[in-house]
Amino acid sequence: MADITLRVNGSEKKVSVSPETPLLWVLRDTLQLTGTKFGCGAGLCGACTVHVDGAAVRACSTPVSQVAGKTVMTIEGLGANGLDPLQQAWIAEEVPQCGYCQVGQIMAAAALLAKTPNPTDDQIRQGMNGNICRCGTYERIRKAIHRAANAGGVR
Amino acid sequence: MSLSRRSFLTVGAAAGAGLVIGFYLPHGSSSNPEVFSPNAYLRITPENKVIIVVARSEMGQGVRTALPMILAEELEADWKQIEVEQAGASTLYGDQGTGGSASVRTTWDPMRKAGAAAREMLISAAALTWGVPRSACAAENGSIVHTSSKRRLSYGDLVSKAATLPIPTDAPLKQSKDYKIVGKSLARIDTPAKVKGEAIFGIDFRLPGMKYAVLARSPTIGGKVTNFDDQPAKKIPGVGYVGKISDSAVAIVADSVWGAMEGRRALNATWDDGPNKDLTTASVMASLKQAVSKKGASLYSAGDVSKPSGRRISAEYELPFMAHAPMEPGNCTAHYQGSKCELWAPTQVPQDCRDSVAQAIGLDPDQVKVNVTLIGGGFGRRLEHDYAVEAALVSKAINGPVQVLWTREDDMRFSTYRPPSLHQLNAVLDGAGWAVAFTHRIIAPSISGQKGSPTPNGVDPDLPDEAALIYPIANASVEYVMTETPVPLGWMRSVYALQVAFASESFVDELAEAAGKDPLEYRLHLLAKDQDVPFFTNTWHPARMRGVLQLAAEKAGWSKPLPEGRYRGIACFGCFSSYMAEVVEISMEKDQPRVQRVIAAVDCGQVVNPGIVQQQIQGGVVYGLSNSLRATTTIEKGRVVQGNFDDYAPVRMKESPAVEVYSVTSTEPPTGIGEPSVPPLAPALCNAIYAATKKRIRALPILR
Repeated sequence: MADITLRVNGSEKKVSVSPETPLLWVLRDTLQLTGTKFGCGAGLCGACTVHVDGAAVRACSTPVSQVAGKTVMTIEGLGANGLDPLQQAWIAEEVPQCGYCQVGQIMAAAALLAKTPNPTDDQIRQGMNGNICRCGTYERIRKAIHRAANAGGVR
Repeated sequence: MSLSRRSFLTVGAAAGAGLVIGFYLPHGSSSNPEVFSPNAYLRITPENKVIIVVARSEMGQGVRTALPMILAEELEADWKQIEVEQAGASTLYGDQGTGGSASVRTTWDPMRKAGAAAREMLISAAALTWGVPRSACAAENGSIVHTSSKRRLSYGDLVSKAATLPIPTDAPLKQSKDYKIVGKSLARIDTPAKVKGEAIFGIDFRLPGMKYAVLARSPTIGGKVTNFDDQPAKKIPGVGYVGKISDSAVAIVADSVWGAMEGRRALNATWDDGPNKDLTTASVMASLKQAVSKKGASLYSAGDVSKPSGRRISAEYELPFMAHAPMEPGNCTAHYQGSKCELWAPTQVPQDCRDSVAQAIGLDPDQVKVNVTLIGGGFGRRLEHDYAVEAALVSKAINGPVQVLWTREDDMRFSTYRPPSLHQLNAVLDGAGWAVAFTHRIIAPSISGQKGSPTPNGVDPDLPDEAALIYPIANASVEYVMTETPVPLGWMRSVYALQVAFASESFVDELAEAAGKDPLEYRLHLLAKDQDVPFFTNTWHPARMRGVLQLAAEKAGWSKPLPEGRYRGIACFGCFSSYMAEVVEISMEKDQPRVQRVIAAVDCGQVVNPGIVQQQIQGGVVYGLSNSLRATTTIEKGRVVQGNFDDYAPVRMKESPAVEVYSVTSTEPPTGIGEPSVPPLAPALCNAIYAATKKRIRALPILR
């Protein structure tokens, strides 16, 4: 066990866990931030995507020790001050079906738009290919990302 | 032992049977006499809240929006005042199993009647309040209006009076031309919570003091635990209980999911591999081939298939095991408390959960309460209730609240799989090339049979909704040969319709090719005669199938040449009482198909919410594409090989095509929409690949 401090959604959190514990389980089980989802545990599906120091990472495959002292943002932080343009676009395009993967999709899209504010279809396909949706909402995700980009993208 | 919920639903739906039992609550059964609750689906409060109860499970298919729309339409409610409540396992709603694309079609009548009866009572209450005739009053947007004086009372104002009135049993239903809610693409009510990360799926449910558990299961199908050393597992921080909860599983319970997973890795267990240790995919497929000569059960027969002479065409098709792989892995939270047990389950079958849990932990069903959470993808996997039974057993073992969680590897390796199948097709063509005899023998293990449910006359009870011959060919037969396999079987989105459509609609393309005719023209000709095709309790109308074929073809520009390097295929199919046609347009990249565009046309009767229908079809096409390209579960040494999304790789965004959805305008009663778009994709795609390569794909998956 180790005491690790990280900054989650703007506030400092001290956790006492095994240092190899994936960030995902620290978020979900220790900090009760269940918006971030478990899909594969192997960095293959993107359901657990969060931002660490602004970059999209797979929380299921990131030991918490690696994020000590760093800034973590989850879906709870993305929408903390009113809906993010991506979340608004997701609602406008009625993207979710079951909705389970959508939080990871939105966090991946936010990282994409931060780097590429006006992505082409190909850039979206490239940037979002790491996130699996079994309900098959990909086309609406693509449209929603364009919509958010047109609305001003990331805040 | 529970009967096949799914089969009951589908058969019942096809028969148009009223499945809702105990629909009308006795008067005054509401705990609050101030609340107007004329039936189990509806409560209206004095504060003017209209609460509609959804007794089916939301797994992405939109029932929490679509079903309340149906009731709200007849109630003349203001959609903005609606609140939706999820029913847990209950005795009030008949069978709550969510499957067989049945939710809308089986609750269409009960939900309409529930809304209409309440509307009539509210009108009567207003008429009595004002001392005017009922005929002078009208229900409108959540209020009753006195037409001449424009006086208005909200439903909330009328609840106490309405609650004293008799419940009409013959309330008139609205005409579709007067619909204000049904037929509109109203926004889904579950969307905002899902994009904010606030939606509570089963995996997100928490209780104070709750533990987390994972199970070590026999890696071999049908194997058993022989021994385990719990000491290495118990050395992992946070791990508490380690114990056998069944012949084939050891539970590891910890303070966190990660602790439980680490405990499982450390567990030193030995297993008796049991009777299936030599089982392989090849041996399963060989068992299907061995059954080819067995006498089959007749599913359909017309004319005499031995009579016509002419050119004979034959082909065999085969399909593998597949896994559902919903994004939310299996889980369930249980709290056993001696004389009762409460569960929070992402389940398609809350009543099965209740009954099986009761049996497993020695309680009566009414001592078990099952709450239904949101489901992160069902696709049929959550028609099984293994997770719920496990959670209850572990909760009893530790005497406290616990969430059992499956990892992705657990999901892939301990699932219930789409049955593999073998298909023998034969046709006789007349001088012009048209099929005058057509036979299809389906050789596959029975899902219900394996589960010990009835298979009347040797017919798996799912087949009536999924194995129809849609063409009124003069001499035709469809037969089913039931086989057995030790590999666990389950109902996977569209169930046998995927296999049947792949084989039969690929074969129809072979016939068109042999006849030298266009595949669309060939199908339209076979459907030209307006002769109904009865198939068990369904009746298929060729005109409706022609309608979707022509609509898809027209929107795809079938009569126009394609750009260089593009190829297309078409297929149609009928299942869950709906008619579906798809045109798939592809290019070839390095000898592999790249689907560029799919044009889908559906006739599902009255559309309740066109936006949700579009979602279901877009999603079904992508699911069908995943099933076609790479989905295969293989067995070696009695163990499932695939473990995660690397070796069982669904379609990602790069492979996902644009999907255009068109529906036929209809006022026929609504039919299934969750599954019918899945089956035509594989044959339409393989027909496109044939157009590109002149190679006929007779086995899935396409990419090996």
